[in-house]
Amino acid sequence: MSLDVISGIVNGNPALVRRGRFLSLSFIIVVGNNDWLIEVTEGMISTVASPPKRMSNIRFTIRASEAAWKAHWDPLPAPGYHDIFAMIKSGQMTITGDLQPLMANLRYVKEVLAAPRKNHDRKD
Amino acid sequence: MTAKIETVVGRYIHVEIAGKLHRIYFEEAGSGIPLVCLHTAGSDSTQYRHLLDDSEILDKFRVIAFDMPWHGKSLPPAGYHEKEYRLTTELYTQTIRSFCLALELDQPVAMGCSMGGRIVLHLAEAYSSEFRAVIGVEASDYQEPWYDREWLHRPDVHGGEVCAALISGLVAPQSQDEYRWETLWGYLSSGPGVFKGDLHFYRADSDYRERVEQIDPTKCPVYLLTGEYDFSCTPEDTIRTAEKIGVEAIIMRELGHFPMSENPDQFRKYLLPILTEIA
Repeated sequence: MSLDVISGIVNGNPALVRRGRFLSLSFIIVVGNNDWLIEVTEGMISTVASPPKRMSNIRFTIRASEAAWKAHWDPLPAPGYHDIFAMIKSGQMTITGDLQPLMANLRYVKEVLAAPRKNHDRKD
Repeated sequence: MTAKIETVVGRYIHVEIAGKLHRIYFEEAGSGIPLVCLHTAGSDSTQYRHLLDDSEILDKFRVIAFDMPWHGKSLPPAGYHEKEYRLTTELYTQTIRSFCLALELDQPVAMGCSMGGRIVLHLAEAYSSEFRAVIGVEASDYQEPWYDREWLHRPDVHGGEVCAALISGLVAPQSQDEYRWETLWGYLSSGPGVFKGDLHFYRADSDYRERVEQIDPTKCPVYLLTGEYDFSCTPEDTIRTAEKIGVEAIIMRELGHFPMSENPDQFRKYLLPILTEIA
């Protein structure tokens, strides 16, 4: 499962880039056993890399199983998988690290995390 | 003139609540049985605009939706800047009963969503003779919190943006974007600390798990409806509550935590049979 699609979907959405224009940082998405580095520069996704560089300045990490992410990225996700907080509440996802930049840009980050869902839309 | 003008009318009523005079904004339409609609925490009565423009409902019901103090067009009380807003069961109950009394409503139906769904359980238990029936939308006797509410009101996170971003996931994926973002607007435009203050009631002062069994649905009928995508007040929370009261829990398909505003057409399919039964 590759997260490379995230940069094209986010960077091709001017409204989303504008929403995240005050955000520049790196975070990790853990999909099962694989870590993906996501680097954000003023709302643009500047890097998607797995594995991450050996020394990366990471602000927060979002972790779930591959099955849970797949369910989240379903074009019409089932109840309980449609939102990251639903998955956190049910214990299927964790977020650790510095939560302030996440909460201050929550709508943006949620849309970035859900971006692979849009990849299905494109194929359709 | 061809422009549509809705029949709904908005007015202000002066009501004393907990010793303070409030100027409460309310909207109403229709005639018949009063149906008092209570908005969710951190939003306002705009959530009920579709019900207030539904001729099938307005034929038999006088639909009334008011903004709680601090919400929408109802200002906070004088001196609000000197203490933190915290809604309680007592204050919420006084607000609803004072409003109904001021409008001289005869045995209204109380319908509330989320925290409004929680308080109608209290009304059914403690004031059963005053209400013809209660409808709890996304209602339960208790629910597990799913985030730290300290994030809702602090200087380094925009309150409206974070409130809306948090609750955005409670809207079902099937809801149209137009109504999704309209629902979010209630949170984006709410006053600082208001959602957090409402959640004081919802999380800290309304654990009714020990009390809902005392509700007698033969004295005050109780209807409970919850959307399948609501992970805040989950279908399981509502089913547990309904079983304790001895009523049916209706789990609504393709709906989340804000049925009346996120997908009004889908919600009315579930609501109309209940209103027919009440009427």
